[in-house]
Order: sequence, then structure tokens, then C-alpha cells
Amino acid sequence: MSVVPAIVGALRGDWRERNSAEARLLPQGKLSGPMPWVIAIMIGLTVVATASGLALRNTARVASADVSGGVTVQIVHGAPRERDRQAQAALAALRNAPGVVSARLVPQAELDALVEPWLGTTVGDDVNALPVPALLDIRLANGTDEVHLAPLRARLKVPAPAARIDAQASWLAPVFKAIGGLQWLAGGLIGLLAFATVATVLLASRNALGNHRVTIEIVHMLGGTDTQIARIFQRSMAVDAAAGGIGGLLLGVVAISLLGHQFASLGSGMMTSAGLGWTDWLFICCIPLGGVLLAVLTARLTVLGALRRML
Amino acid sequence: MNQTDDVEIVQFDNVGLRYGTGKEVLTDVSFTLYSGRFYFLTGASGAGKTSLLKLLYLSQRPSRGLIRMFGTDAITLPRERLPGFRRRLGVVFQDFRLVQHLSAFDNVALPLRVAGVPEREIIRPVTDMLDWVGLGDRSHARPATLSGGEQQRVAIARAVIGRPDMLVADEPTGNVDPDMAVKLLRLFEALNRLGTTVVVATHDIHLIQKMPESLIMRLDKGRLSDPTGALRYPPRRASAPPRPEVLGA
Repeated sequence: MSVVPAIVGALRGDWRERNSAEARLLPQGKLSGPMPWVIAIMIGLTVVATASGLALRNTARVASADVSGGVTVQIVHGAPRERDRQAQAALAALRNAPGVVSARLVPQAELDALVEPWLGTTVGDDVNALPVPALLDIRLANGTDEVHLAPLRARLKVPAPAARIDAQASWLAPVFKAIGGLQWLAGGLIGLLAFATVATVLLASRNALGNHRVTIEIVHMLGGTDTQIARIFQRSMAVDAAAGGIGGLLLGVVAISLLGHQFASLGSGMMTSAGLGWTDWLFICCIPLGGVLLAVLTARLTVLGALRRML
Repeated sequence: MNQTDDVEIVQFDNVGLRYGTGKEVLTDVSFTLYSGRFYFLTGASGAGKTSLLKLLYLSQRPSRGLIRMFGTDAITLPRERLPGFRRRLGVVFQDFRLVQHLSAFDNVALPLRVAGVPEREIIRPVTDMLDWVGLGDRSHARPATLSGGEQQRVAIARAVIGRPDMLVADEPTGNVDPDMAVKLLRLFEALNRLGTTVVVATHDIHLIQKMPESLIMRLDKGRLSDPTGALRYPPRRASAPPRPEVLGA
């Protein structure tokens, strides 16, 4: 046996021995109290809140990328033939305009599909009988604010006087604002849940300190250090928090899956884009770890603070 | 007398102690304890023996005065250094203070575990110590299932297992029969011969008489008197057990 593995083995053995000896100093109420369940609920809610926040962020990103630089030109005219003529003229005018990356006329089939849920048209209906505007989907290279739209309006004034130009982002601005608000709400909920977890662990640690006060005083009198005593509480809290964290993660993942399934069945483009990437899942899986660290740190600071008040 | 006799391990200088805003329970207490000696602390109930012992085992800070232990000012001692000092002390509490959820074995092993002694080096000495105090067959028993005398013996075994520099015992033979009291006293004596300073608070005159070489400090209403010259230096060597009337018994 070489020296290094022997030393490592001995160190591991001593560490295990010390842990086991220290663990015996106080009765370890492993998984028996309400703490793992409370932490499981906290972690479960945090997982759901975090997943919601991340899904909203993804939705906003996808939607933002879709409408970024996007401009819609509507040719609103009651006469279909004139509407189509102006649409072709506008397309020709915009294709060569400076700053335009692409320009396409939205095909009639796509328009029919767009209005079908509201107008109830089916194959064979005369959609031309309805004053549905012709649409042009334009992509601009440099933003869609008024400075960039004004030259386009001027360019279309003569060939397509019925044209109305709108930046796509302006339609979705209230939606983005609402998504941003919901993201803040999710962040606030996560903060509140973390605060509640800290408060719960703090109360549990104080309660445990009170219950074991006599033992702690004896261990102190025998030369036990604050760190030794804090380590016992930390270990106990880590076991509870780890069990609660895993349970909470499972709870949260089941809830997210059910919610995801429900939203996916809505069939809305924005909803289906609200998926979670692998980095999101990785982040969500780290939440129990964060919970354990938070609980252990809170228990340590609470116990050390209380011990400092003893001689 | 060997050289360690001259080493001052505890010095009290005009120490006073009061709890909260009450009156002083110890007043102008001054003495020096020397390494390797055996001291009895006696006095009537309420004289302040337990309070003095609390100061000795660093469970209480005095209201005034100076205390030096092992050459260091114990009053201004930083909190982080207290555990190191406490590991040099063995304490037998009047109420035993055993950890109720631990067996007799684990209670006795507690100071060694706290000091980080490896588990394989704990089993033998703890077993021997329990055998010595006559509890070898009760090593797995919890304190609640032990009699008062048995609990006291576990407490004594716990106090001496780490071979402390100073042993402080508060009425250590109060709950044991006379034979066991003598046996425990012999244990203290053996420990004392190995160099441990022993301070025993007791009412038991017969116990004191069994240790003619010991020095006696007597507390009366919080003030210390010196029937055997224990507070003088060099301490007067007692050639005979002090008379009961000298102790105020």
C-alpha cells in the first residue's frame, strides 16, 4: 500500500470517526420532525416559482427575437383588386429601400389561417368578399423606431396610399411589460421563500438549542468548542434540508410537468415557446443544494450567535 | 516535595462575586493553589463553596478581583481560549450533570471525544475507568436507570478520564456509601500523586481526616479562612488531620 492512499484512508477514517462521535453528542432527530416537510414545501414552491420565471424569460426572449426589426405593412382597401395592386407596388418599393433586410407578401393561405379562428372561414369560402387587409412582413436592419419608419412611409405614399406601417414590437409591448412584471413577481416569491426558509431554520435551531441547553453546557464545560457544537446542529440541519430539498424538487418537477402539459395543449405559439432549456433544468436542480447551504449557514450562524452569549 | 509543588496554577486576588444585583456571595477571596497539592474546601451550606468552584472551573466570571489560571489572566481570557483551559480541568458537579441520552460509557468518553481522541484509543481507558468505579457491568446503562451513587461514580470517572491538571469536585461523595467514598477518595489521591491538583468541596469531616496531607480552605459567609495554612506560602504541611472544631464542624 502506498503512502498517499494510506494517509487519505486514515484521514477519511478519522473524519468519519470524529463525525460519528460528534453526532452522538446530541440526539439526532433525523427526518422525524416537521423540518424536512417544511423545507420540502419551501423548495417545491421555489422550484415552481423559478421555473415560471425562467419560462417567462424564455417566452419573452423568443417573442422579442421574432418581432425584433419586424414591421408589418397593412394595405387596407375595400376593393380586393386595388388592395392587391397596392400590395405588389408596396412590395416592389420596399424591397430596394435602404435598411430593409427582407420583405415578403404574406400569402393568402397564411392570411386565411390567421383569420380562420375569428371568421370561421373554411375551404371554398370567398374570403375576398371580406375586407381583410393584405399584409407585408418586413425586416429592418436597424430597429423599428419612428426614425426608421418615417422614410418607409414616405416611400409608400405614392405607390400604396392605403398602406399602414406598424412596428411589430409596439403591439407586443404591453405583453412584454406584463411578462417583465410576472418575472419580478417570481423573483419576489423566490426571495420571500428564501426568507421564510431562513426564518424557519432559525426558529428550529433556537428551539433545538433550548431543548439541548443542558447537554450543550456540559459539552462546553468539558472543553467543547462553539464550532464543534455548531457542527452537530449543522449536520442535523443538512440531513433534514437535503431530504426536504430532494422531496421538494420532485414535488416541483411534477408540478412544472403538469403545468407545462396544460399550457402546451393550449396550442398558442407564445405558450409553446415557453419551454425550459437544459441550463434551466440544471439551475432548477441546483435549488435544493442552495436550500441546504442556506439552511446549514443559518443554523451555523444561529447556533454560534447563541453560544457566544454563554461563557 | 517535588518541584511541581512550587508551581502556582491558580491565583485569586481580592475576588468578589455577586449574581445580578444581589449581595456578594464571595467577598475579598484571595488564595493561591499549587500544582500537585490536595485541597479541601469546606464551609456551611450557603457559604459560597459552589460559587467558588464555579469560578475555578471557569463557568462564572467574578464581579471584581483578579484570577490567574495556569499563568494566564482568566478574566480577560478570550472566549476562543476557554475550551483549551477547560480541557485541563476535571469537574465533578454536585448534580452530576450527566448527558441523559448517552450511556455511562459514552458519558465517561465525552471529554476524550470532545478533545478529538481517536475512537480506538477511547474504548480501553473508558472500560478500565468504569471497572475501577465498579460500573463495568453498567456501561451501557443510561443515567436515568442508574442510582444516585452510580451516577456520581460516572460523573467522577468522566472528570478524571482525561488526566486533568486540576480536578474540581463539588461534594463528590455525597451520594455514595462510606466504602465507595473511601475508594473514590483513593482515586483522587492516586490522581493527585500523578501530579493533578485536587480541590474537593465537602462537608464530610471523616473524609477530610482520611487525607492528613491535604490542605483546607474554609469559607464562612463568602469569606475565606485558613485553618491549615493552605493560603500561606509555603503552605504548612499538615502532620495530622485537622480537628473537627478547627473546621467549624
